[in-house]
Amino acid sequence: MRIEVLYFASLRDASGVEQESVEMPEGDASQLFDQLNARHGFALPRERLRVAVNSEFADWHRPLTDGDEVAFIPPVSGG
Amino acid sequence: MGTGRFRIIDAALAPHITRAATRMESAAAGAFSVFEGRVRNEHRGRAVLRLDYQAYVPMAESEGDKVLAEAIERFGLLDAVCLHRVGRLEIGEPAVWIGVLAGHRDASFGGCRYVIDEIKQRVPIWKREYYMDGESDWIQGAG
Repeated sequence: MRIEVLYFASLRDASGVEQESVEMPEGDASQLFDQLNARHGFALPRERLRVAVNSEFADWHRPLTDGDEVAFIPPVSGG
Repeated sequence: MGTGRFRIIDAALAPHITRAATRMESAAAGAFSVFEGRVRNEHRGRAVLRLDYQAYVPMAESEGDKVLAEAIERFGLLDAVCLHRVGRLEIGEPAVWIGVLAGHRDASFGGCRYVIDEIKQRVPIWKREYYMDGESDWIQGAG
């Protein structure tokens, strides 16, 4: 299945792109993160991040479906 | 679909603040509280030159709308809006503006405080500080 991945803050710096399409077998956001972390070497471990699926906070272990938009959310610092 | 009360803005905030404040009126309002967060010239003793804010815009606006709806519900507010900058900001510029309209001051102060605290916890916006010594850092977590 194909997942659209969005990067922000230090994750965007590590990946060098704002977003990318990723091909992956059936799985969840934690598996997607591990696959991308192996390629990009993010500065933050998964334990420090939250994940959003289609613009809503989601559980790392909820199965993804083809066409989902996934964003890894570093600790926020707005305001 | 959001309520449009929380808006991410990629331009100087001042004219937007003026317009938003003018629109916040109600005959039932006895209190109007504002919180304006500005760019400070230091962070933990380091001299700050300027900031960059980045946001996951659609989610920041939808999550921000949820925060404002919660504040209205919990504190019985008449209205609550928020404007948040993205892009490059200089020292002294407004980065965030919250306006809260209520019948009385307790609700208005409380609602305003709730909104800024929740934004700092869960609205997907990130701040990068550029320091006088040439370095820069993404700030991780509420400051």
